[in-house]
Amino acid sequence: MKKTFKLQDLDCANCAAKMEQAVRKIEGVESAQISFLSQKFTLCAPDDAFDAIVAEAIRVCKKIEPDCVIVL
Amino acid sequence: MSKKQKRVIARIALSGLALPLFHLAPAPLRLWLYLAAYLLAGYDVLLKAARNIAHGQVFDENFLMCIATVGAFLTGEYPEAVFVMLFYQVGALFESYAVGKSRASIAALMDIRPDMARVRRGEALLEVSPEEVAVGETIVVSPGERIPLDGVVCLGRSTLDTAALTGESLPRDVAEGSEALSGCINRTGVLEIRVAKEFGESTVSKILELVEHAASKKAKAETFITHFARYYTPCVVIGAALLAILPPLLTAAPFTPWLHRALIFLVISCPCALVISVPLGFFGGIGGASRRGILIKGSNYMETLANTQIIVMDKTGTLTEGSFTVQAICPENIEADRLIELAALAEAYSSHPIAQSLRQAFGGEIELGRIAEVTEIAGQGVTARIDGTMAAVGNAKLMAQYGIQTEVPVEPGTAVYAALETAGQWSYAGYIRIADTIKPDAAAALASLHKCGIRKSVMLTGDAQAVAEYTASQIGIDEVHAGLLPEDKVAWMERLKTECTKSGTLAFVGDGINDAPVLAQADIGIAMGGLGSDAAIEAADIVIMDDRPSKISVAIGIARRTLGIVKQNIWFALAVKFVVLLLGALGRTNMWGAVFADVGVSVIAILNSMRALKS
Repeated sequence: MKKTFKLQDLDCANCAAKMEQAVRKIEGVESAQISFLSQKFTLCAPDDAFDAIVAEAIRVCKKIEPDCVIVL
Repeated sequence: MSKKQKRVIARIALSGLALPLFHLAPAPLRLWLYLAAYLLAGYDVLLKAARNIAHGQVFDENFLMCIATVGAFLTGEYPEAVFVMLFYQVGALFESYAVGKSRASIAALMDIRPDMARVRRGEALLEVSPEEVAVGETIVVSPGERIPLDGVVCLGRSTLDTAALTGESLPRDVAEGSEALSGCINRTGVLEIRVAKEFGESTVSKILELVEHAASKKAKAETFITHFARYYTPCVVIGAALLAILPPLLTAAPFTPWLHRALIFLVISCPCALVISVPLGFFGGIGGASRRGILIKGSNYMETLANTQIIVMDKTGTLTEGSFTVQAICPENIEADRLIELAALAEAYSSHPIAQSLRQAFGGEIELGRIAEVTEIAGQGVTARIDGTMAAVGNAKLMAQYGIQTEVPVEPGTAVYAALETAGQWSYAGYIRIADTIKPDAAAALASLHKCGIRKSVMLTGDAQAVAEYTASQIGIDEVHAGLLPEDKVAWMERLKTECTKSGTLAFVGDGINDAPVLAQADIGIAMGGLGSDAAIEAADIVIMDDRPSKISVAIGIARRTLGIVKQNIWFALAVKFVVLLLGALGRTNMWGAVFADVGVSVIAILNSMRALKS
């Protein structure tokens, strides 16, 4: 499944790159893209693990940039 | 401006205004006052730094600012510590504001996403989000509204404004049975449209997705800068450490001034100006191009396009309209109007493209009652009784059957001959020359391509040599290779590629329909007439939404301008940082200069990037 989320208060281009790297390392993630310019997060992961991966991605991103919120 | 930004402004203003008063306070109190102002201005930076260290991220901007300012406090430079923090916050605020602003203006350019669809379900008209509409349902679009999904008009008549897709506000007339593409604005009448594609598959979604993902295909300049940033920060930080320790140790000079110089290094060590302004420049260029109906699928293609040396073009559908039209009517013992009328009537029942072009040239109403005894002779033409007179319309073979000698027209194209029977005697009535028309802006397109420094233009076509050469001479193409099969085209591309210099690239322009292998073979593939053609959008690196070849030089212009802006940003940021680093090491600048080299340069680079948006 592929889904795109909006990001709020993503302020720094470097953080976006770091978040993208971190999300890609989550087990089961097929592909992840964080676009600083369009403030969007595109995630590709298997259907059955999708929700768990999204939750993990939120946790990981929070750690890198606590101000940034992933809008579900 | 967001709430967060407003809060920061308030804090900056408060501590900034309080600062001059501190001079009046008695000396022992000053440290505490400055410290209070410092915390007010920058407590969030301190917090973020602490948190990031806890998460194992040492070299971030916040942490570096903290060491620099705390260091200034420790060396007794209280006002400077506060000022630097203030200045940094102002810069960061301006940076986030400028980025937000530019992001919004790019987004506004691409704001073609429809918000709702009015769908007919049973008796009711429901307003739903476009994603919820299924294929086969009927949507109603009022004048002034954007068509939300691709479909076919099933009721109503209107004109559509395709500007959002093509960049040209040329209106397109639609009526029952016509295709209606999402993203167009309905101008004049209410339309009912039967949905043919779900939202995710509709033109508007495809275009949006393409442009949004374009930024993820990184250009060489972008990869260079991310690599550079990875080494830059640690190097500068190590430089700072050496600067603080080595000179005092070696020369027995006092520690404090060298520590101060080291702190200046830390402030400059953030690579943000570079990291942000390069992709922003490309994004601006991509946004600006899409406004003009040119889709560029990635920043990397922009780089390749800017270096185009040889441009190879397909003929049919690219430089010519790809459809037959009547070029000349050459009557013999008969009025020209009468000749075209006869031909159109005789071909009234045929669906052949040539017959269609004859009817189109005639233009009048075709009264089927005037036509009788129609006989189609395959590969030759047609005979029919028109207004009581027998007429034969077709090629030279048909004419020969009636004992008529025909002339071959000098200009290329297909000649349709006509003969009439009067009192049992056949007589020649002349011919109509039909050919593919050259697009009106093709010659101008080639002229502007040569003007912008393309070394050579080449036309590859499957068409006959004579036709190809005629077309090439009309529009000013340098080299022509005709009569080619698709695999010959690929071979020619290979050969032409070797003629490019090392940095130069070869671009191929086609209509995207049957030249996929050639598009893929070229350094950069440009498809024309992408409006509504999925194949073209898939196959090419750059899609020109309308059919105008003159957009190619526009695209090259945008690419070159964008690349220029990106290069300016890189050199400007590197130069300023390097100079301030040097001055800092020599003790010739203070922290003000350093903060300017950090956030000031970012802001200037961001503002410069925004120029890419305007073309």
